[in-house]
Amino acid sequence: MDQVRLESGVAAWPDAVFAVLQAAEIRQVGYVPDAGHARLIARAHADPATHAVVLTTEEEGVALAAGAWLGGQRAVLLMQSSGVGNCINMLSLIANCRMPLLTLITMRGEWGEFNPWQVPMGSATPAVLGAMGVHVLRVERADEAAETVRAAAALAFDSSVPVAVLLSQRLIGAKEFRK
Amino acid sequence: MEESGPFQTNGGSKEMAEPMLERRAVVAALLRDPGDMLVVSGLGSTTYDAGAAGDRAFNFYLWGAMGAAAMIGLGIALAQRSRRVLVLTGDGEALMGLGSLATIAAASPPNLAVAVLDNGRYGETGAQPSHTSLGTDLAAAAAACGWRATTTVTTEGELELLRARLRSEPLFAVIKIAATEPERFLPPRDGAFLQQRFRAALGIVAG
Repeated sequence: MDQVRLESGVAAWPDAVFAVLQAAEIRQVGYVPDAGHARLIARAHADPATHAVVLTTEEEGVALAAGAWLGGQRAVLLMQSSGVGNCINMLSLIANCRMPLLTLITMRGEWGEFNPWQVPMGSATPAVLGAMGVHVLRVERADEAAETVRAAAALAFDSSVPVAVLLSQRLIGAKEFRK
Repeated sequence: MEESGPFQTNGGSKEMAEPMLERRAVVAALLRDPGDMLVVSGLGSTTYDAGAAGDRAFNFYLWGAMGAAAMIGLGIALAQRSRRVLVLTGDGEALMGLGSLATIAAASPPNLAVAVLDNGRYGETGAQPSHTSLGTDLAAAAAACGWRATTTVTTEGELELLRARLRSEPLFAVIKIAATEPERFLPPRDGAFLQQRFRAALGIVAG
């Protein structure tokens, strides 16, 4: 992760998003580590009121969010677009039980992608989510990240539906592969 | 232990008798007088067993989402720190969510226990052998993932102690059961109903 960018405030949007998650009373953060989510993950771990749960695979986070909801807490699932495919059948849990789900997804394979292995799942991500009944919102610019996540959280938890926010690769910055 | 190849079944080992415990009786014993214990059951036979032990609002039955049971238990346990949570599931369901053993061990909630009814079979689909009859030891896997307390139970005489431990420790238990298929007991399967009933029983106000 590019710490210089974070600390200079150029990429301050993750902090704004974390503030939105706190205002929405998100208490469980399930995540599969991702460079684009690194700041949010660090903030979640640093907050004593938040359970930050590292997952081995993304569908665990769907089930974690379901359990959190059953127990009276709100959760968010942080993942990369490559993890969306892992979640497909698990999303039936959310649909059947008419539960909310909020997930923030960093996109790969769409903007200056170096690694061709990221392209198929990145390209299919919106369609896959849509096919499983997940509402999809998208963030292109840093200044719209917080308001989009706020709207997504309201939609998810007030209307009990699954909502994904796609954080574009242009926003995150294409991963650099140096020799 | 005598040498055995990775694909030798337990049934082929001289030291391992065929499991005799009957699943319905085991679950009835473990869920006797459940109080306000929160129970998540994995899809298939374990859901039938949990329902047959007595339907209650604090039971959350899975009818799908294979591999989810333990992680749902984790989410509940983190949200309800003052209550006990018990995940009851089968070997096939546990195997599909094997990674969650590592995730739960890392989170280490003190109020969550997982009990796997292990018949070494995929009972819903024709009793095909599962990995636990082909060399996988789920209790050892849990220990390797970081669970500090694991146990494998094979006899009726161990069930009372197990019942107490599942209600007081972060325990991962494997219960070796006979590969029988008792009559199906079908608890409610509308997920929206089950989640609303569960939350209402916890006194969670919607919104």
